[in-house]
Amino acid sequence: MGIFDFLRKGPQNTASVAKNRLTILIQEERDRSGRGVPDYLPLLRRELLEVIRKFVNVDANAIDVKTHKDGDQDVLELSIALPDKASPIAGRA
Amino acid sequence: MTENIVVTSGKGGVGKTTTSASIAVGLARRGKKVAVIDFDVGLRNLDLIMGCERRVVYDFVNVIHNECTLKQALIKDKRHETLYVLAASQTRDKDALTQEGVQRVLDELAADEFDYVVCDSPAGIEKGAFLAMYFADRAIVVVNPEVSSVRDSDRILGLLSSKTRRAEQGNGKVQEHLLLTRYNPARVAAGDMMSIADVEEILGIKVVGVIPESEGVLAASNSGVPVILDEASNAGQAYDDAVARLLGDERALRFTEAPKKGFFSRVFGG
Repeated sequence: MGIFDFLRKGPQNTASVAKNRLTILIQEERDRSGRGVPDYLPLLRRELLEVIRKFVNVDANAIDVKTHKDGDQDVLELSIALPDKASPIAGRA
Repeated sequence: MTENIVVTSGKGGVGKTTTSASIAVGLARRGKKVAVIDFDVGLRNLDLIMGCERRVVYDFVNVIHNECTLKQALIKDKRHETLYVLAASQTRDKDALTQEGVQRVLDELAADEFDYVVCDSPAGIEKGAFLAMYFADRAIVVVNPEVSSVRDSDRILGLLSSKTRRAEQGNGKVQEHLLLTRYNPARVAAGDMMSIADVEEILGIKVVGVIPESEGVLAASNSGVPVILDEASNAGQAYDDAVARLLGDERALRFTEAPKKGFFSRVFGG
């Protein structure tokens, strides 16, 4: 970096732009192909659904289980969509 | 035990053949018995890089179609006793390679006590690339620090974990190695080329070697001498380091830092 760098044209630090674009794209492509997904995920999802249904009536597709990378760590992400009016199972709540 | 190593990338022009030639030479000069096979049927080039283009009589497809023996088709390297080249054919017939045929050749090389078979994959993800990787025990994925190359490498990594014999038979994973080529530390320092760490993080695997962009590579292919034999070139030394690491040695990366700038260029820009 010199003191006259501001006179030069052109985008700065395109490498980090490339890295960000690729990180997003490759994650999407891996998700789509089901790559890198631990093989216990479908079973985990099924059993979670059973447990949750003991308390709340949720759809079969209300549970989303996925893994992603956050820095060096693998993160298991669960998202459970409750119905609009959560209707607790009678006698439980 | 013969180990099959595929050199692959998805994208063309990233340095697969240059890498195949140098890795094969590097293994052979450590006393290993090595065959290097060009899988790029229709676009033979490994023979040129290895400098044996005038000695190709029979090729890979001839062997597969039983038009000659494997021994007749293997070209013995002039510089290394234990190194052999199997050239691709120039036929335009895309179906010239068959899975059974490739397997028979690899089995025969194993029976002949080769230590390593280096399979130089064609670009793309068509049949030739598929057959080059199918029997692999290890894969060297050649990648440039550039968006399309990195993306294609990820596709190839996906195929290695699903479309290989090891994957299909549940026989352990293909061991994956990333080889970063055409690396330019000065451009990385300036922020307009992705760094080693960037590429490793995106793809989720570590590099086994980093080959700097070097004039030596073109000079080597011009003269048909694999660049690993050019000991004065950075690229040649970096390939030798990569071979050592493939064999289990620990070696620090070299030629990956930009040269320090002097006072003048720091102040006025260089």
